[in-house]
Amino acid sequence: MITSLVTILSLPLIIGVGLYLKAAPIFDQQSFYSLIFSSQWAPSKGEFGFWPFITGSLYVTLLSFLFTLPVCLLAAIYLTQFSSKKLIKVMHPVIDVLAGLPSVIYGVWGILIIVPFVSDYIAPIFNATSSGYSVLSGGIVLSIMCIPYVLNMLIEVFNTVPVGLREASLSLGATQWESAKHVVIRGNYPGIISAYGLGIAKAFGETIAVMMVVGNVVKVSFNPLEAAYPLPALIANNYGEMLSIPMYDAALMFAAFLLLVIILMFNMIFRYLIHKTKRQ
Amino acid sequence: MRRRQIKILEEKFFVFLSAFMTYSLIVVLAFIILVIFVKGFNALNLDMILKTPEGGYYYGGEGGVLNAIMGSLYIAFGATLIAIFIGMPAALYINVQLIRYRRTQNTIRFFLDALWGIPSIVYGAFGFTLMLFFGMNASLLAGTITVALLISPIMVRTFDEVLSTIPKGLHEATLALGFTRTETAFKVMLKQGFSGFITAILLSFGRGIGDAASVLFTAGYTDNIPVNLDEPAATLPLAIFFQLGSPIPEVRERAFASAVILTVIILIISLGARYLSKRYSRTNLK
Repeated sequence: MITSLVTILSLPLIIGVGLYLKAAPIFDQQSFYSLIFSSQWAPSKGEFGFWPFITGSLYVTLLSFLFTLPVCLLAAIYLTQFSSKKLIKVMHPVIDVLAGLPSVIYGVWGILIIVPFVSDYIAPIFNATSSGYSVLSGGIVLSIMCIPYVLNMLIEVFNTVPVGLREASLSLGATQWESAKHVVIRGNYPGIISAYGLGIAKAFGETIAVMMVVGNVVKVSFNPLEAAYPLPALIANNYGEMLSIPMYDAALMFAAFLLLVIILMFNMIFRYLIHKTKRQ
Repeated sequence: MRRRQIKILEEKFFVFLSAFMTYSLIVVLAFIILVIFVKGFNALNLDMILKTPEGGYYYGGEGGVLNAIMGSLYIAFGATLIAIFIGMPAALYINVQLIRYRRTQNTIRFFLDALWGIPSIVYGAFGFTLMLFFGMNASLLAGTITVALLISPIMVRTFDEVLSTIPKGLHEATLALGFTRTETAFKVMLKQGFSGFITAILLSFGRGIGDAASVLFTAGYTDNIPVNLDEPAATLPLAIFFQLGSPIPEVRERAFASAVILTVIILIISLGARYLSKRYSRTNLK
């Protein structure tokens, strides 16, 4: 029994070391700094600058976070404070199924609905033309994928608030919303921040759905109606040719290593906060 | 008086807004499933499910995606089996042997949760390096192992969550009767937590069958149903992804039909998990 436990627990270390060893040759050729901050991307010439991909990832993630933020917070408050028992019973399977749908299904849905919606309705509002395969579409699809994940954690966090506290606040004359605002939200900052932090980490590593709607063009741009090229999409798109160009595989493994380190760090920090709040 | 009105207005506004957000989630889920079904229904026929791609399939010719359905099922079954062998003992160990060490338990849970968060593309890349290291090609075996790594933490944590709710008294009673810890684990805890075990299996299976990024590098793609572990295997998510990239409308239609197949499989699994976990927890000692 203990061997299997140890195997699982040592997995992140093994993955990290494995990816690092594969990525190591690239450090002989380029400095860590230029790998991350250079925008020169020409694998055939041996130039690997990950800046466009990193900004692309960050930008899509940020947008999805903006959409997730109000929806999750309000829905979690409604489900834990205001709603009837019956609705909670209905919502549980809804959240489960939303969380369980494969990302490729979200991608198909994004192509069918979100992409035309962005190019036909959103872009004309800003007098812009857009193919619809854009950062905005990626953000919307990602946010819908992250909502069940974040919502589940928020509900868990809000359920730790003692009923007595809320009743005390209500008996002092606060309205339902006021007690939610002052007791539930204010008392749970670490938990709320962690839930969103974990949501961000999930969004950052999401691959297929984003890759299908985001356009995959290498450039640094801050227009949400233009295409971008997030880091996971880069890895997924180029696995075929990476063995035929020298150093390309090392560069892509470096990208995977980067993803692993960033996401593991996010997870460690915010999981720690959640574990701490749960124990209180 | 005015402050009171504002207060009530604020209350009404936010209660309405939060209710709206909650109900909109149900609408979004219904919308997603509806869109997939409506779009995919046209191209969906028995050939899609019962045939492998025939000549010229990717130009609109005859055939179906049986290769991908079988490939996905093989990989998900194999991976779940491996994950059971790694995950079940690990979860039992946390809840039986470590029952007196709360701190250690919590630390382990913390690491497992962090492990759960690693994106599947990283597992895919790692599986790829592992594959090259052992000199294998993209194959059923490589894909299965990669997916098994991906779903093991899920398996452990889901099973563990149910095991941790089993009353301590039961545990102590078995020890008082002279059971060894291993006997307690496999004869009592496993039985009591069986509903959790089923949920864990189905959840991992669902995750394994729907994941595309991890099998992208490792399982390859083929038009045949694999008969050996060292042959490449097609998977349903990748079949959807590749067919959707085609410029030919018929092939794109089939991508939507394949999406219907995958959605139905996932819905069956996730509703089945719900039903079975209820059914098996009925006989539990409370």
